[in-house]
Amino acid sequence: MARREDLGFRLATGAFALVLILIVCAIGFELTRQSMLSIRKFGLNFWRTETWDPVSGEFGALPFIWGTLYSSILALLIATPIAIGIAVFISELCPAFLRQPLVFLTELLAAIPSIVYGLWGIFVLVPFVRRLEASTPDVLRHTPMFSGPPLGVGMLAAAIILAIMVIPFTSSVAREVLRSVPAAQREGAYALGATRFEAIRAALFYARTGVIGSIMLGFGRALGETMAVTMVIGNNPRVAASLFAPQYTMSAVIANEFTEAADPLYLNALIEIGLVLFIITLIVNALSRLLIWSMARSATRTVPVAAAVETAA
Amino acid sequence: MNRTRRRKLLSSLFVGFCGMSVLLALVPLGFVLFFVVSQGVGSINFGFFTQTPKPVGEVGGGMANSIAGTLMLTSLGSLFAVPIGVVSGIYMSEFAGTTLASAVRFSADTLNGVPSIVIGVFAYGIAVLPFRQFSALAGGLALGIMMIPIIARTTEELLLLVPGTMREGALALGATRARAVFTVLLPAALPGIITGVVLALARIAGETAPLLFTSFNNPYFTTSLRQPMSSITVQVFTYAISPYADWHRQAWAGALVLVSIVFLCSLLARFATRKLAGLQAR
Repeated sequence: MARREDLGFRLATGAFALVLILIVCAIGFELTRQSMLSIRKFGLNFWRTETWDPVSGEFGALPFIWGTLYSSILALLIATPIAIGIAVFISELCPAFLRQPLVFLTELLAAIPSIVYGLWGIFVLVPFVRRLEASTPDVLRHTPMFSGPPLGVGMLAAAIILAIMVIPFTSSVAREVLRSVPAAQREGAYALGATRFEAIRAALFYARTGVIGSIMLGFGRALGETMAVTMVIGNNPRVAASLFAPQYTMSAVIANEFTEAADPLYLNALIEIGLVLFIITLIVNALSRLLIWSMARSATRTVPVAAAVETAA
Repeated sequence: MNRTRRRKLLSSLFVGFCGMSVLLALVPLGFVLFFVVSQGVGSINFGFFTQTPKPVGEVGGGMANSIAGTLMLTSLGSLFAVPIGVVSGIYMSEFAGTTLASAVRFSADTLNGVPSIVIGVFAYGIAVLPFRQFSALAGGLALGIMMIPIIARTTEELLLLVPGTMREGALALGATRARAVFTVLLPAALPGIITGVVLALARIAGETAPLLFTSFNNPYFTTSLRQPMSSITVQVFTYAISPYADWHRQAWAGALVLVSIVFLCSLLARFATRKLAGLQAR
């Protein structure tokens, strides 16, 4: 009697749970279906050509994928050391009474809406970046990385704002990962005469899969971030190496042009950009989750103390 | 000896770097909050909460329609996200070892990482295109999809925190699994689940990208779910990229309202978690 009811319970709740899987599949299916026109017409050339001209119906998405990858990688370069530093400080170094307030503050950094960062970016960060760019020494201005007029809006502003937004994600996951490193690890290192840095380095090394996972999670966030980037990157579909150049990202072009896309091919091209963004973030997120999970699982198993001591020395 | 000194120096440098990174991250936080408050507070007045936007050139006007819109859109989203999220959370914690539970957990985590703009495109495809009409319903759908994974994962984690003895007690008294969950486990985990819902609400209330082409924007006050509906975020975006100083002021005021909502929700959530922790200690 009870068993049959339990089965009913399991099926009923399972049906709800299935909805989650279905949504993910439905997103992939729907985006593919809605972008068929563009996929059929351009094929792989869509991702190799640079011309984005809605008037003549020519769509090449290379500038957007370039802008997305470039801005995210730059943001990651800025954010990763800082985020790991924060995670180490909160979990290993700071006095206990500071821990909760600091956790709260970094979480607040994550809670501020993207649009507010964007607003702040337009009116505060961009003028600041413009001054910074204008005061760049001439020697640097002749290198491709820093060429072009100091507009303020552009890749540099986008990378900075992305870095600010990614830091709390990476640091909170890295903090959790560091917490799962057994205390015996650190004690072993200290017992061997390791300095604080060496002990923490050993802990970071022990937790490396999880730490890499947390960095990738931040990367996934940066790839998909829309509003703040749209508002400061300058929205110019050009492939450029310069940090000062206004560029464009995949999410920004969707946000800006979607409601203007009257022509079906135009709309399909934009949805195809969305589809690829979906696939890329899916892969990055899946990989990072797998890394974090495998870390969590290995942490609950027996502690390989001997290996840890080797790396500490 | 020299080597020891170098190691110690390196160690202090590292400790200093970690402290510095905390400061580095808190500087932008301070700057953002400072500007939002200092720029926003001057434009907040009674009219901001009671009037709808005025055309360019006319001074005054407010965001009454956008504030109402954000409240309606988020409620609409939670209306279907809360049941789906909570029940799938129950499934994941009750049948934790099953393949389906792992698959659902994985889907929730990946869905959580899907860019909000992509969710917007998806909602556009299924709820705007077929009806040829931007609507509040489509916006609510997009927000709801974003809430589901957050609520599901919090529910799962909090149900797992409820002491196993409580479940065993209920089962030993002859309760079915459903009864044990709904009369014993859920009530015990309720404050935590409410926290999760509040946090999810705080997150989606600040979302702009999924609303840009689902609920779109509307300069008028409306309660019709089949019509475009304004929201604070989309309105702030419209104002921010406009060339008018008066609209910029309104944008800062809108940002202040948004940040206040988010801040209140986080405080509320913290309060609820503390209560839950107190319950467990008892």
